[in-house]
Amino acid sequence: MIKEYKTIKEIASPLMVVEHVEGVTFDELAEIELQNGERRRCKVLEVEGDRAVVQLFENAQGINLAESKVRFLGHPLELGVSEDMLGRVFNGMGEPIDGGPEILAEEHKDINGLPMNPAARAYPAEFIQTGVSAIDGLNTLVRGQKLPIFSGSGLPHAPLAAQIARQARVLGDNETFAVVFAAVGITFEESEYFINDFRRTGAIDRTVVFSNLANDPAVERISTPRMALTAAEYLAFEKDMQVLVIITDITNYAEALREVSAAKKEVPGRRGYPGYLYTDLATMYERAGRRQGKKGSITMIPILTMPEDDKTHPIPDLTGYITEGQIILSRDLFRKGLVPPIDVLPSLSRLKDKGIGVGKTREDHAGTMNQLFAAYSRGKDAKELMTILGEAALSDDDKIFARFADDFEKIYVSQGNNTNRSIEETLNIGWQLLSMLPRTELKRIKPEMIEKYMPKA
Amino acid sequence: MSGKVTKVSGPLVVAEGLADANVSDVVRVGRQRLIGEILNMTGDSASIQVYEETSGLGPSADVETTGMPMSVELGPGMLDNIYDGIQRPLPEIRAIAGETIARGTEVPALNREKVWDFVPVASVGDKLVTGDVLGTVQETSAINHKIMVPNGIEGEVVRIESGEHVVEDVIAVIRDKDGKEHDLTMIQRWPVRIARPYIKKYVPSRPMNSGQRIIDTLFPIAKGGTAAVPGPFGSGKTVVQHQLAKWSDVDIVVYIGCGERGNEMTDVLMEFPELKDPRNGEPLMKRTVLIANTSDMPVAAREASIYTGITIAEYFRDMGYDVAVLADSTSRWAEALREMSGRLEEMPGEEGYPAYLASRIAQFYERAGVVECMGSDERKGSVTAIGAVSPPGGDISEPVSQATMRIVKVFWALDSSLAYARHFPAINWLTSYSLYLDNLGAWYEDQFGPAYMENRNKAMSILQEESELLEIVRLVGQDALSANDRLTMETAKMVREDFLQQNAFVDDDAYSSYAKQYRLLDTILKYDEYAREALVKGAEIDRLFKIGAKEKIGRAKMIPQDRFEDEYDAIVAEMKAQIDEAAAGGEDE
Repeated sequence: MIKEYKTIKEIASPLMVVEHVEGVTFDELAEIELQNGERRRCKVLEVEGDRAVVQLFENAQGINLAESKVRFLGHPLELGVSEDMLGRVFNGMGEPIDGGPEILAEEHKDINGLPMNPAARAYPAEFIQTGVSAIDGLNTLVRGQKLPIFSGSGLPHAPLAAQIARQARVLGDNETFAVVFAAVGITFEESEYFINDFRRTGAIDRTVVFSNLANDPAVERISTPRMALTAAEYLAFEKDMQVLVIITDITNYAEALREVSAAKKEVPGRRGYPGYLYTDLATMYERAGRRQGKKGSITMIPILTMPEDDKTHPIPDLTGYITEGQIILSRDLFRKGLVPPIDVLPSLSRLKDKGIGVGKTREDHAGTMNQLFAAYSRGKDAKELMTILGEAALSDDDKIFARFADDFEKIYVSQGNNTNRSIEETLNIGWQLLSMLPRTELKRIKPEMIEKYMPKA
Repeated sequence: MSGKVTKVSGPLVVAEGLADANVSDVVRVGRQRLIGEILNMTGDSASIQVYEETSGLGPSADVETTGMPMSVELGPGMLDNIYDGIQRPLPEIRAIAGETIARGTEVPALNREKVWDFVPVASVGDKLVTGDVLGTVQETSAINHKIMVPNGIEGEVVRIESGEHVVEDVIAVIRDKDGKEHDLTMIQRWPVRIARPYIKKYVPSRPMNSGQRIIDTLFPIAKGGTAAVPGPFGSGKTVVQHQLAKWSDVDIVVYIGCGERGNEMTDVLMEFPELKDPRNGEPLMKRTVLIANTSDMPVAAREASIYTGITIAEYFRDMGYDVAVLADSTSRWAEALREMSGRLEEMPGEEGYPAYLASRIAQFYERAGVVECMGSDERKGSVTAIGAVSPPGGDISEPVSQATMRIVKVFWALDSSLAYARHFPAINWLTSYSLYLDNLGAWYEDQFGPAYMENRNKAMSILQEESELLEIVRLVGQDALSANDRLTMETAKMVREDFLQQNAFVDDDAYSSYAKQYRLLDTILKYDEYAREALVKGAEIDRLFKIGAKEKIGRAKMIPQDRFEDEYDAIVAEMKAQIDEAAAGGEDE
C-alpha cells in the first residue's frame, strides 16, 4: 500500500523536505504529483525520524507546498531493460523520446548496480584495433578497458570518439557488438553529430542512446550515465554483447553533482566539488570490464572537457586516478592542424602491455612503442631548446631528433578522421620513422627485431 | 541489546536504544544485517558507519550490537587468499553471490572446513607464555604457519593434539596459574585498530632487497622501515607497488588495494600464481595476502581495509617473519576518513580532512618496525610499510602527502615528466631520499665492501652535476661546455638510461640482484673513469662517445642473471681497448 503525503515542508531546488513520513528508506525513489496532475520524480537523500530530505530530478517550478502530493515507491531508481532497447533513444531518466512504443521490460534493474567482485573479473587483454595509430600503436585500447578522452572546450573530441566507435574491432572475431551512448548535458548539435554518424554507418540499429541535453534538468544528469551503464551491463553480461559505452561530457556530470552537494550544504572539497567525487566517479567507471565466464564486455570511453585545459583540475585528475589511462587532446597540436590532435606523451593506456605482442599484435610492438615515445620526447626537448637558442646550438643528434618529432606528428599522429589503419600499417609507419635515427640510439628495441623489421635503405 | 535506526545518510546511520553498546563495537543493521561500526555515542544514540551500501534502509530498522570491536580472524588460510576491506573472502562471496558483491553476505574469514596438518612443537607439561609456539601448520608450500599462544594466556600445557584438524578444533589446552583451563584453537581474534604487542622494538638495520636498481642502490629501504610513493596519476605508482610485492625479499606480502581499480587486483590475482619467487622458486601468491576494497566498493570499508591489512601483517611478524605491507593508495583511505568526518559534521581541518588525519597516518606507519616478538624464544620479525600517495594534481603540498612525509623515512617521488618520456620507474633521483643510508651502510660494506656505497655516491653526484649543467645548456647551448663536462653529461645519461631505467615487463630486467646492480653501475662508472683519463691524454670526446662498447652497455641490463658476470667482464675489456685506441688516435694527430 503506497501512501501519499501532502506534507512537503520546504523546497530549495533541487532539495525538498517531506515530514511525517513513515517507512521511508534511504535512496528510495519517489514521485511528486503536482496540482495539475503532472508527475515528477525524486529520490531520498537522507531520512531522519519522520523527516525525509528528497532530491528532485527536475526543476521545482510549480510545486505547491500545500497541494502537491508525494508518493514513496519503495524501490530505488530503476531501468526496465530489454534487447528491444537497441536502436532506441531515451531521455536521461530512461523514458523513450523517439516516438516509439514503450519498452516491454524483461526486468527492472537498480541503476546503481553492484560493485564487481575483483575475484570474478577477467583481466582485459584482447586488443581492439581502433584504426587510429596514436591509440593502437602507442596507447593501445583493450576490450573491457575504461579509457577516457581528456579534451578541452572547442577541441575535436567528438570526431575522434565517433571514429573509434566506427572503426573499433577485435581482430578475427565476429561477436555481436553494441554501442551505448550517453549524452550528458551536451548541446543538441553535438548529440546529433554522434547520432548522425551512427546512422550513416548503420551502427544506429545496434545503439542505445540516453540523451540529457544542455537544456534538460541538470540534476537528471546524475542518473543519465548510470542508466546507460545499467543498459550496458544488461547487454554485455546477460546478452553476451561486446558493448562500447561513450559518455560525454563527464564535466557536466560533475557539475550537477556539485550543485546537489552545495544544496545539501556539504563541506566542499577542491573547487567546491564534494569530497566524495572520487568515489562517485569510481562507481561509474568501475562498471566497465569483463567477467569470468561471460562472453560480453563493457569498454568505456568517457569524454571530459578539462576546464582551462588544466589536467590537474579535480575532474580530469580524479578520473585519471580511476580510469586505465587517458587520451589527451592538445590545443597546440590542434592549432598546428593535426587531426586528431592527440598528445601522445601524457596519454597512456595502462592495460596495453597485456594486449600487445606475439599473437595479439606483433612481436616488435612493445619495443618500437617505447622507442617512439622516448625519441619523440627527446625530439620535443630538442625543439624547445631550438626555440631558445636557435638550431645552431643543437648537436647533430639533437637535430635529427627534432626532425623526427616533426615527422612523427605529421605522419604518425595526423592521419585524419577517415583513415582506418591496420595495426601492421601503424607498426610499419613507426619503423619508417625510426629509420631516421642513429642505430646506437635504438636501445629499447631488441637487435633481432631491428634486423627483421627495419626498412632497408 | 537491540536499537532502532533513527537516521540514514549514506554510510552514516544513527540509532537509538544502544545504551549498552560500546564505542567501536561492530553492529548489524537492518533486515540485511549490514555490518557497521559505532563511531560516537551520545546518550543512548550511536553514530554508526556502515561498511555496506545502505540503500533501502530506513528509520525503525533494527540494530544489534555484537559487543565486539572490529576484529580480524587470524589463523591458517589467509595466504593465497583475497579479502574485502573487512576480511570477507572474495572467492567465497563469489561462490555465494555471483560476480557482484551482494549486501549482507556473511562468510567466515577463515575456511571452517579445510583440514590442516597440525604438528605440535610444545608438549604436555611445558610452561608457555603469550606468543610461544604451540605447533605449526604448513599453510602453503612457501610458508610454515606457527600457531601461537594468544594474547593474555600463559600456563602449563595439559593437552596438545597432533594431526589433521580444522581451524575451530581445540588443538591445545593450557591451565593458567589460577587453575583455569583454556581451550585453544588455531584461530585468534584481534581488534584491527589496536597494534599487536611485542617485547621490544629495534632500529632497522638490514635492507629490504627489492631487485629495483633505483631503490636498492640509490634509495634503499630497511626491513621494518617505512616508505611513501607519491605521484600523479599515470606516473607508475601501482607498477612500483606491484614490483615491490613481487620481488622483495620478505617472507610475507600483504597487499592492500585501497580504493583503487578492480582490474589491478585481478591482475595480481592472475599474475602472482604464475610468478616464481627468485629465492625459493615457489609461486609468489603462496606468500601473499590480498585485501581489496576497490573504488566501487563501499567507502566505509575502505577506512577499515588499511587496519585489516596491517593487523594481518603484525600477526605474521609475530611468528618471526619479515612482512611487507603495501598500501595502494593511502590517499583513498584518507578520503574515506574525510567523507565519514563530513557526515559526522565534524569541524574540518585542511582541505576538508579531519583534524586527526596526521595522527591517524602516523599511527598506521608506526605499526611498522623490527621487533622481538612475544614469546620466550627471542625470535625477531619485521613489518615494512610502504604506502602509495595520490596527491591531487601531483601536488605534494596537500595534507595527506605532507602528513605522510613527516613520518616516513624513505620517499620515492614519482615524476610525471619522466613517465611521459617513458623513463620507468619514474622515480625522480633529485627529489627522492632515503634516511636509512646511515643505518644500512654497515650492511652494504659488510656484504660488498666499501665500493658499493662509493659507487652509489659517485652516481648521485654525477646526476646532481648533470642537473646543474643542464641549466647552463639551456642558457647557452651545448658548445659552451668543456670536454670534461660533456663527459659528465654523457655518463649521467648512461646512469639514467642504462642503469636507473628498468622494465618491469621484461623478464631479465624486472629483477636485478645486488651483484648485478653493482656490476652494472660499476661498468658505467668505469667508462667515465677511463674516458676521463683518455681526455687527459688528448682523446677526442666525440670519438669516445661513439665507441662500440657503449651500445653494449646500453643493453647490458637485459643480460640474464646467470651470465652477466662474464659478459660484463667482456664489455669492460672491450671498452677499455676501444678507449685506449681512441686515446692513442688522439695522440697521433
